[in-house]
Amino acid sequence: MVLDRPEVAARRTPRRPGSRPALRRTAVRLGLMAVPLAFFGVFFAYPVTAIVLRGLKDGGRWRFGRVGEVLTDPAIGHVLWFTTWQAAASTALTLALALPGAYVFARFDFPGKRLLRAVVTVPFVLPTVVVGSAFLALLGRGGLLDEMWGVRLDTTVWAILLAHVFFNYAVVVRTVGGLWAQLDPRQEEAARVLGAGRFAAWRRVTLPALAPAVAAASLMVFLFTFTSFGAVQILGGPRYATLEVEIYQQTAQLLDLPTAAVLTLLQFVAVAVLLGVHARTVRRRESALRLVDAAHTARRPRGPAQWALLGGVLTVIALLVLVPLVVLVLRSFDGPDGYGLAFYRALASAGGSGGTFTVAPLEALGNSLAYALAATGIALVVGGLAAAALTRRAGRLVRGFDALLMLPLGTSAVTVGFGFLITLDEPPLDLRTSWILVPLAQALVGVPFVVRTVLPVLRAVDARLREAAAVLGASPLRAWREVDLPLVGRALAVAAGFAFAVSLGEFGATVFIARPDSPTLPVAVSRLLGRAGELNYGQAMALSTILMLVCATALLVLERIRTDRSGEF
Amino acid sequence: MSLLRLDGVTVRFGERAALDAVDLEVAEHETVCVLGPSGSGKSTLLRVVAGLQRADAGRVLLSGNDQEGVPTHRREVGLMFQDHQLFPQRDVGGNVAFGLRVRKVGRAETERRVAELLELVGLPGAGRRAVAALSGGEQQRVALARALAPRPRLLMLDEPLGQLDRGLRERLVVELRELFGRLGTTVLAVTHDQGEAFALADRVVVMRDGRIAQAGTPLEVWQRPASEFVARFLGFDNVVAARVSGGRADTVWGGIPVPAGTPAGDRRLLVRPAGVRLVPDGREAGGLPCTVTGRTFRGDHVVVLLRPADGPQLEAACGLRGAPEVGDRVGVVFDAGEVVVLDGP
Repeated sequence: MVLDRPEVAARRTPRRPGSRPALRRTAVRLGLMAVPLAFFGVFFAYPVTAIVLRGLKDGGRWRFGRVGEVLTDPAIGHVLWFTTWQAAASTALTLALALPGAYVFARFDFPGKRLLRAVVTVPFVLPTVVVGSAFLALLGRGGLLDEMWGVRLDTTVWAILLAHVFFNYAVVVRTVGGLWAQLDPRQEEAARVLGAGRFAAWRRVTLPALAPAVAAASLMVFLFTFTSFGAVQILGGPRYATLEVEIYQQTAQLLDLPTAAVLTLLQFVAVAVLLGVHARTVRRRESALRLVDAAHTARRPRGPAQWALLGGVLTVIALLVLVPLVVLVLRSFDGPDGYGLAFYRALASAGGSGGTFTVAPLEALGNSLAYALAATGIALVVGGLAAAALTRRAGRLVRGFDALLMLPLGTSAVTVGFGFLITLDEPPLDLRTSWILVPLAQALVGVPFVVRTVLPVLRAVDARLREAAAVLGASPLRAWREVDLPLVGRALAVAAGFAFAVSLGEFGATVFIARPDSPTLPVAVSRLLGRAGELNYGQAMALSTILMLVCATALLVLERIRTDRSGEF
Repeated sequence: MSLLRLDGVTVRFGERAALDAVDLEVAEHETVCVLGPSGSGKSTLLRVVAGLQRADAGRVLLSGNDQEGVPTHRREVGLMFQDHQLFPQRDVGGNVAFGLRVRKVGRAETERRVAELLELVGLPGAGRRAVAALSGGEQQRVALARALAPRPRLLMLDEPLGQLDRGLRERLVVELRELFGRLGTTVLAVTHDQGEAFALADRVVVMRDGRIAQAGTPLEVWQRPASEFVARFLGFDNVVAARVSGGRADTVWGGIPVPAGTPAGDRRLLVRPAGVRLVPDGREAGGLPCTVTGRTFRGDHVVVLLRPADGPQLEAACGLRGAPEVGDRVGVVFDAGEVVVLDGP
């Protein structure tokens, strides 16, 4: 029986405070944020602040005068100018070479596509030191080009630019191509039916949809090349230095902390601006696009033009990505007595490198794997919690937190490493002799990758699936385990792979804090490259090859479990 | 005692009340259909009963127990979502078994019950199929089997047949009604489709702006719409202002006979299309002179749109033969049996 009595209104129960669930949600979110915030506070903000303060304070007094002195120093001005223009040039060159690649990977089906997508991603997670040595082996003294045509590029800026393209090709292909593959081709068809020509349809429909992704990818490439360290360190010689390299030289070689502090702040401001712009473009990208399953948008190329495009892209990939990697591998086998395993054998003994190491260089492999595993664990916990807290995209606070998580990517790793040394050396945080110091520093660069990979997937989980589970009798925890976890599980695995590879390759901070008797692979490579002699050089190539193989294996595993929405990398 | 009772339930989204002091009862083994246009608060009603949405005021009682503070997963109700919300990572069998697994039902028993339910909804042996490979109708059947599996004391359906094409919908309505009767399920369904509601329900509740506009058996609601809103929502547009006195009503369409015992005063009057009879034009026949402005073929009859000299347009239902053409002039007389006096002036 339906009752429709007006008098019911009189004894209506009083309105309950409607803000209670909202309060609880805020509390849960703050709880989830606590661990990431503490992590960034203690292991990022504190060390970086400490070292900047040490540089700017002398005997308890501020020395702001240094800021002016450093900024007006013509040598520093030169570094700043070079840093900026090489980043801009690298970005433009990367876009020009990689955008056709993004299109080909998004819209064409061809045999070996998955393998190739993994291969072009290998450079991105390769340690910059390895990239540097690969290009040295290709373009440098006694390198492939030198031997064949007597061409050396290692003293020119081209070596740096090409290394940067090599390094960032995958950023553009993945960020832009990933979105391109999910754009509904019928949108362009609708424009064609309405009378737009082929190019007009692309320019008016596809390009506007892609523009934010292109902008986001460009900013990421600019950020990575602006703060480039390992590659410039090896290829730049005495003439070319980025801010990051200059910070390293001021800190480690000239022991000029005030100058390093000013440069760190300078880089920090530049990176913060870049990240702010990036966050805006990413937010725009997330809104209002009709996306479809990427599997349905690709087809085999048709007609000579499309085959030519595919061929051109494959050629670029072969020359730019494969040749440096192959040369690196060849060099590692090219011993004094012809091709063989001489360099690899030398890696196994401590004395083989003329006193560069107190332990066998090969032990660095074990160190690297152990450190990277620990760093991956830390990054997954911290990044996973942060992503869970950020799932609901409301609020200025949340957006600020989102941008904060990206900061370590652009902050001078050298500063972070040196900061670790001077801050985490007294109780209660005396980690000087602890092995955990290295994984902590590596996790700092792993966390942004975890967040960027997991967050889009978490945001895409339909809340009503959880409701359906609840109605069927699943408690909130059970619903999370049964609904969210299987959907996010693959993204977590992908994130773990990226975090592992990035940790493996971390160099700038690790070079400061890894103990001399337990170097990581990139540190060992750098030390070997720093010594004269063919044996050292060959061992560096051999060790780089091993490092490359480990990274490539991690990536190939990852490519197998790749989700359709694997985030922004 | 009724299985479900809502007592003055109110839900506000900001200033707007999605449910405004709603009272509703559903008896055991009864099928109740809530009918209303989109935005009338139907889905919110189901979400409140399921515990997915908090009521700002009022009480929800299941089997006489206040559900305040009882979380969704302990309410033992079933809800079939409008777009099914099947779990994409599980196959058909995994979806149907979900509610049994979380209740720790044994493996053998679960398998038996899943097979039985798939048989029941007409998908025998589909347990291993991927959810993504199902058609809309098949998804709907899987969603139904999943909702029925834990034997909920109340089954709620949100636009159960909304996304299906017409033929399938009409067949499924009959199947569902037969199924619920056989199982003795208590059902609360919401829909915007009157045909679906009338075919499925023992009782229909019409909602408007978060309030209940009318409740009754399908026949009662169809024959005696309580208000102009309900009449128009059911598709009746021959509504006119009238002054009733002594068994007749004065309108711009002329005098219309009303059922005996209608109180005098200013009222609104509905003449169902079947009660609008066409006669040859001519003052001498006493009919209201009209011009035919449109005709729509409806299968077994034709709906004719008529414009009188004064007042709103009229709809008339007439047989296939003898229906006038557009532009014809006809006379209209009204049939007292098809006249309904509506609430309100």
